[in-house]
Amino acid sequence: MQPDRWALYRHMLRSRLFERAVQQLWDAGDVSGEMHLGTGEEAIIAGVVRHLIDGDAMALDHRGTSALLMRGVDPVALLREILGRPDGLCRGMGGHMHLFSPDHLAASSGIVGSGGPAVVGFALAARRLRPGTLAVTFFGEGAINQGMLLEALNLAVVWELPAFFVCKDNGWAITSKSPSLTGGTLVERARGFGMPAVEIDGTDVETVWSVAREAVARAREGGGPTFLHARCVHLEGHFLDDPLLAALRRPLRELSEIGVPLTRSLIQPRGAPIRKRLRGLQSILGTLLSSYRDASRHSEQDPLMRARERLTAEPDRLEALERDVTAELEEIVETALLPTEATESHPRMAGEGA
Amino acid sequence: MRTMTFADAIDDALAHAMAADPRIIILGEDVPLLRRNLVARLGKDRFLGTPISESAFLGGGVTAAMAGLRPVVEIMLIDFIGVAADALLNHAAKVNAFSGGAWNVPLVVRATCGGGYGDGGQHEQSLWGWLAHIPGLTVVVPSTPADAGGLMLAAVEHDHPVIYLEHKLLSAPWLEMLGGADRESVSFDVPSSGARGPVPDSWSPVPVGRAISRREGDDLTIVSVGVGVHRSLEAASQLEEKGISAGVLDLRTVSPIDEEVLYEAVSRTHALLAVDEDYQGFGLSGELAALVLEAGIPARYARVCTETTIAYARRLEDETLPNVERIVTAARQLMEE
Repeated sequence: MQPDRWALYRHMLRSRLFERAVQQLWDAGDVSGEMHLGTGEEAIIAGVVRHLIDGDAMALDHRGTSALLMRGVDPVALLREILGRPDGLCRGMGGHMHLFSPDHLAASSGIVGSGGPAVVGFALAARRLRPGTLAVTFFGEGAINQGMLLEALNLAVVWELPAFFVCKDNGWAITSKSPSLTGGTLVERARGFGMPAVEIDGTDVETVWSVAREAVARAREGGGPTFLHARCVHLEGHFLDDPLLAALRRPLRELSEIGVPLTRSLIQPRGAPIRKRLRGLQSILGTLLSSYRDASRHSEQDPLMRARERLTAEPDRLEALERDVTAELEEIVETALLPTEATESHPRMAGEGA
Repeated sequence: MRTMTFADAIDDALAHAMAADPRIIILGEDVPLLRRNLVARLGKDRFLGTPISESAFLGGGVTAAMAGLRPVVEIMLIDFIGVAADALLNHAAKVNAFSGGAWNVPLVVRATCGGGYGDGGQHEQSLWGWLAHIPGLTVVVPSTPADAGGLMLAAVEHDHPVIYLEHKLLSAPWLEMLGGADRESVSFDVPSSGARGPVPDSWSPVPVGRAISRREGDDLTIVSVGVGVHRSLEAASQLEEKGISAGVLDLRTVSPIDEEVLYEAVSRTHALLAVDEDYQGFGLSGELAALVLEAGIPARYARVCTETTIAYARRLEDETLPNVERIVTAARQLMEE
C-alpha cells in the first residue's frame, strides 16, 4: 500500500506555515515564554498521525502543536491558545507546552519523559474501553534517559499494551550532544525490554508512514507496543532564540556576549592552573563549533522540501495545493487575531479546581 | 563595594568557594555551557553535564555528598524536582536522622523558580513551602545580588542539604533563555534593585536562617521572600502615601524561619501581612501565622499568595501571582479592620 503523498505534503505544509506564523507572533511579542517549534519534525508527525482514527489517544510533549493540527484540532482555537486568549483551546490557561483536547484524547506536558507513563495509561484505557484503538506518544531523544520513560517501556511490554513510542531524534538535548550522554543505542534499549524497534530516517515522510502503518496495525490487533527511532532536525533548535543557533546566526554579537566574560574568568586569580583553564575553554568552544559542523543544524535536511521534491512532476497541482494551503493559513491567522468579546472578559480560574 | 547582576553574584561567589574547596563540584543539565565562565576559571573536570535524568543525578548527588564531595546539583527549574523528589524527601532529608546524627549530606540543590514571564504553570512555580515542609531540608531564597552570593557561599559551606532557589525575574540569563527577553517586543516587571546591585568586595557567607528588615514600619509588618520582597517594598511606598507605615521583612531563608526577628517586628506592629509567591494553602504564609499565634503575640493577619495553578495568559498570570495592587488592597483592609 502506498501513502497519499499529496495529503502528507499538505499536512506538513499546513503545519509548517502555522508554526511560521507562531514564530512571527512570538517575535512580535504576542506570544510569551519559551517557544519550542516542531519545524523539522513534520515528516514524523504526519507519517504517524495520518494512521490515527477516532478513539486513538496521543501523549504529546512540549512540541505538540503539529500533531494536534494534523489530528484535526481547530487551528483558530489552537493559535488563540498560543496567544493566551480566553477563547483559546484551553482558555489561555495552558499555552503551547500544555495543550489539551479531550475530544481527540490528546494531552501534552512540558515535563520531559512524561509521555511514557501517559501513553501507558491511554493504552490501558484504549484496550479496556475502545478495543481496536491505540495510544501514541512523541518524545525527543533527550527523554530517553528519563527513568519514567524507561519504566513505561517495560510496562507497555508486560501488559502487552496497544502503545506506539515515537522518538524524534534531532541529536541535541538543548546544548548537549545527545550521544555524549546516552549509552548504547535506542533500538537496542527498546529491544532489551522485548519490544520491536526500528530506526529510520525521520525526514522522509513516506518511510515514516510505512513503518508507522505496521506498528499501528500491530497495536490494533493486540500485538503490543512498538518503538520507533526516527532521526530528524530542529530547524529552530531547542526553542526560539536557541543560544547555540544564535551564536551561529549572529556570531559577532553573541560571541562577544559570550567571549568577554569568558576571557575575564580565564584571567581571574585563584582557581585552576592555566593549562586546565585552557582545556576548559577548549571544550566550550568545541561545543559551539560542533554545533556549527552538525549537518542536522542545516536546512538541507528539511523534511518538507524532501516531500515536495516528489511532487514537482505535477507543477500545476503542486502550485494549486500550495496556494490553497497558504490562503487557508492566512485566513486562520486573520481570524485568530480578531478581537472577540471574550478577549475583554478573561474568566478568573480561581475556585474552578484549577 | 562592587556592583553585580544577581546571576553574576551567584557565579562569582561559587568561583570563590570552588577555588578554595576542591570538594565542590557542579552537575546538571547543560552545566558545561551554562557555567562556562566558571569552567574557564576552574577547569572542566568539576562540571558534569548530565542527561535529563534528574532522579539519577540528584540521587547520586546525595551519596556523593555523603562520601566526601560537596556537590551543587542544578535542577534547571524547581518544577522539575517532581521527577526526583524521592532523592530529597526520602534520602537527603533523612540520612542525618536515620544515622543518629553520624552522617551528614552537604548537598546544594540549585534551581530556578518563580514566574512573571509567561511560561505557564509547569515552569513558573515557587514550591519553597512544599520543600520546606520536609524536616531536614534548608531552603533559601535570595532577593538581592549581595544575598544571592552570600547565601550561595553559606549553602556550599553548610553541612546539610540546602535548596537554593534563584528567581527567574532576578536572574537575567534565565529570563533571556526562558522568557525570550532578548526580544525588543516584550518587557517584564523586573525589580531593578534585585536584578543588579551592590555586593561586598570580598564574599562572606550570609548566615542561613537570618532574616533582614528591608524597611521599617510602625503599623504593619509585611513578610516575604524573593521577588515578593520587591513587590512588598513598592506596596509599602504606596501605603505610606495613604498614611500607613508598613515595614518589610525579607526572610531570605524559608526554612528555618528567623523566628526572633519575626516576633520582634510583629510585636511592635501587631499586624502581619504574608506575601508569598508560593501556593497559599498549607504553606509559608500559614506557617508565619501559626508561629505568631504559638508565640502568643496578638496580631491581625492577612496574606497575598498564589491561590491557583499559574495561568499561561500573561494578564491572568499577573493576577494570579502576588502583585503590588493586591498587596496594597490587603494591607488597607487589614488596617481598616
